[in-house]
Amino acid sequence: MAFSFVVNGEQRQVDVDGETPLLWVLRDELGLTGTKFGCGIAACGACTVHIDGIAIRSCSFPVEAAEGSEVRTIEDLAKGGTLHKVQQAWIDNQVPQCGYCQSGMIMAVVALLEEIPDPTDDQIDEQITNICRCGTYTRIRKAIHDAAKA
Amino acid sequence: MGAADKVVKITKRALLFGGAAVGGGLVIGYAYLREKPGTAGFESHGTPGYALNAWVKITPDNDVIVAVPRSEMGQGVYTSVAMLICEELEVEFDKVTVEYPALDGKYINGFAITDGMDAGGTVLPWLITRIVAKLKMIVTGGSSTIRGDIYTMPKAGAMAREMLIAEAADLWDVAPGECRAELGEVIHDATGRKIVYGDLADGAARRGVPTDIPLKDPSTYRLVGKPIPRLDVPGKVTGEAEFGVDVTLPGMLYAAIKQCPYYGGALVSYNKEAIEARTGVVKVVEVDNGLVVVAETYWQAKMAVDALDMVWDDGGNGDVSTEMIRQDALSQLESGEATAIVDDQSALTRLDESGGDVVDAIYTLPYLAHTCMEPMNCTVVVNGDRAEAWAGTQSPTMIAWGVAKGAGVDSDAVDLHMTYMGGGFGRRIEYDYVVQAAQAARAVEGRPVKLIWSREEDVSHDVFRPLAVAHFKAKTSKEGPIEAMSARVALQSVNYDFTQRTDLSFGIEGATDRASTDGLRDWPYATGAYHLENLWLQYPVAVGNWRSVGHSHNAFFKESFVDELAHKAGEDPFGYRRRLLKDSPQHLAVLELAAEKAGWGTPMGAGRGRGIAVHESFDSFVAEVAEVSISARGELSVDRVVCVIDCGTVVNPDTVVAQMESGIVYGLSAVLFGEITIENGQVVQQNFPDYDAVRLREMPKIETYILASGTQVGGAGEPSTPPLAPAVTNAIFNATGKRLRTLPLGNVDLVGV
Repeated sequence: MAFSFVVNGEQRQVDVDGETPLLWVLRDELGLTGTKFGCGIAACGACTVHIDGIAIRSCSFPVEAAEGSEVRTIEDLAKGGTLHKVQQAWIDNQVPQCGYCQSGMIMAVVALLEEIPDPTDDQIDEQITNICRCGTYTRIRKAIHDAAKA
Repeated sequence: MGAADKVVKITKRALLFGGAAVGGGLVIGYAYLREKPGTAGFESHGTPGYALNAWVKITPDNDVIVAVPRSEMGQGVYTSVAMLICEELEVEFDKVTVEYPALDGKYINGFAITDGMDAGGTVLPWLITRIVAKLKMIVTGGSSTIRGDIYTMPKAGAMAREMLIAEAADLWDVAPGECRAELGEVIHDATGRKIVYGDLADGAARRGVPTDIPLKDPSTYRLVGKPIPRLDVPGKVTGEAEFGVDVTLPGMLYAAIKQCPYYGGALVSYNKEAIEARTGVVKVVEVDNGLVVVAETYWQAKMAVDALDMVWDDGGNGDVSTEMIRQDALSQLESGEATAIVDDQSALTRLDESGGDVVDAIYTLPYLAHTCMEPMNCTVVVNGDRAEAWAGTQSPTMIAWGVAKGAGVDSDAVDLHMTYMGGGFGRRIEYDYVVQAAQAARAVEGRPVKLIWSREEDVSHDVFRPLAVAHFKAKTSKEGPIEAMSARVALQSVNYDFTQRTDLSFGIEGATDRASTDGLRDWPYATGAYHLENLWLQYPVAVGNWRSVGHSHNAFFKESFVDELAHKAGEDPFGYRRRLLKDSPQHLAVLELAAEKAGWGTPMGAGRGRGIAVHESFDSFVAEVAEVSISARGELSVDRVVCVIDCGTVVNPDTVVAQMESGIVYGLSAVLFGEITIENGQVVQQNFPDYDAVRLREMPKIETYILASGTQVGGAGEPSTPPLAPAVTNAIFNATGKRLRTLPLGNVDLVGV
């Protein structure tokens, strides 16, 4: 079946089974491999992207549900060679280690800051539930606060 | 963070002479560098340029490329090894790029193997060293990168620098001694002439190897010892960094797998025709320990795997359970035949005598999975008698063996492409998934196949940190040393299992596997007589290297027990340790600083507690103080962890701090949630909900301090994990009076204690 939606500002059409998770459509059909596969059951957040501005876990989001919406991935954050303030805060705080979870982590944080521009630690704990097995959380928390102030 | 501004010392003596003293792997690397400074195909691999040796390449456009044949899994080695090279090479560091070179014997670093595996008395270290050299073993593990490369990589940079200087000197017809190198240029001060490396590289690369390669005085270092931003970080915030799972090739097929749920089981039957009739499915392939479905897209392969109707023979292990294993382990702990590792029978005699304050404790720890964020995956294409593979791995050498095994080609006929790893933690030194990918690729020769394990396969078919039990007994006294102590640990042998399944012919014996008693052989506390035994347990469950390996369980046993001794002696746990560590200055220094920074002894309030632990591993000394709160409803919160490391010598202090934070969180996940159980022969846990990890909401505040004693070169990737568990449980004891001799805390009822 054909599905049509906007990805990072461009109209895209794919012809796949409607139940295919958006994650695999982004990665394998559209070549956007910045979004990662971590658990397949929306538990870890490595696959986080935005749909119409809302952070969702794309491994458990059927592509048919994205029909007609606007999808935003990690590849769309930097504009004209300038990093998004969250990406810059991530570099300034040297957040990533293995880096595998960080695309999803950053997308979750960008959505959080769009909703709550200056979140408290409790709000961060509540909203950012992605898993990082390298344990970069100390720097993640600081980078979120830095980005909020940037 | 305070760590970054700490004074960092590197002694020239350590750099110049340490190599000869610290083990075989270093000597090999050094010899290779001295005698065979060839370019190892570096020139033709990756970006074209003039290779001055196997580690330094310069393009005519003046770009500097360094080879870092160490695996980047988040620990920052691409940057820290490049720093070691570039410190001597004298270039602008932010203009340097790192390449992972082609697999070549010049890059061997058996340090991890020689350091971790020479089983006491059974295999001589020199023999292992020779085997490592013969096998061309390249490994990143055992917190070994800096411990090995600090001796060789500055030489590689200095050698290239001297060749560039010599070339410039010839060009100007002056003595090389009149020239110096700075920020990518050779300078002749007397005449003010300068020339960039890019204009010298072609000629320099044709020169012979200089006989005299002077090294810089560490006091003049510009890079080493300073917090340098990591080279791999920018690509990891934009999604551009390529992991194994991201590899995309023309004509590539995708594969998913379902493995046998039983150890040693075999496939009896499956619905081959129905699966192969599904849309997109190319082939079902029988591979080691399972079935792989190869399809046009990953989702088609995954759906087809889920539709497999497989019948398995249970290999006689259908009744295996962790409950059975735990009971057997505890029973053998008391009555089984153990091997003395530190043999002092007088300790046993003294413990049998009446009198004194005796503590007798049995500890139990569970199997643990690694759960790297990036599930296991590998891409392989087979063409006739050659194969090409893409993977993130802790050992390209062993991955080549895995590809060769699965594809039926010679390991020399395997071309490897290294990617970043989404976590390693000891899991990515295995090649089970690589063999399977190669077997699948062989079945569709000519087309690349990317095999991706599901998270469920990743958790249930991991090689686990062994379930470990220990019986410690000691007599202590107030103000005196520990009079006598016996320690017995019982567990499966990681190195025996690992070498058996990967065809590594080291002759490791489970009964004397160093990993089993790591952290206990050199008992640091003042003790009259100390006796240590290892009891080798054998079960069908696959066990492997889990961040800090034997230290991960032994530090819990040791530091929990010492806390119990302190309590028995009626002493403060910090004061007791300090008293018994007075002859171990490096333990003492980290312990005292951790206590000071944590405010040890200041009041905590009801339901709160502080615990301390100190442990040496991978040549580094780490002390941690944990602070916990326990609510009336029994809810535990780990509020703060203060960490002090003495890794002796520091290359990049910010990555040392990052590794301390990382190891603490990895340890905390295990303390709170980590447990793999087996019922009816099958692993119960499948994914993150039932094998959970720490998230932001569980995070303590972590403070790290670096003490650089300069007396050794210690590792950083693992040493902060071992002390975390006992620091937390000792804190719970401090808060509640409840002594925990088992983990994870998820199984423990803290209500009303």
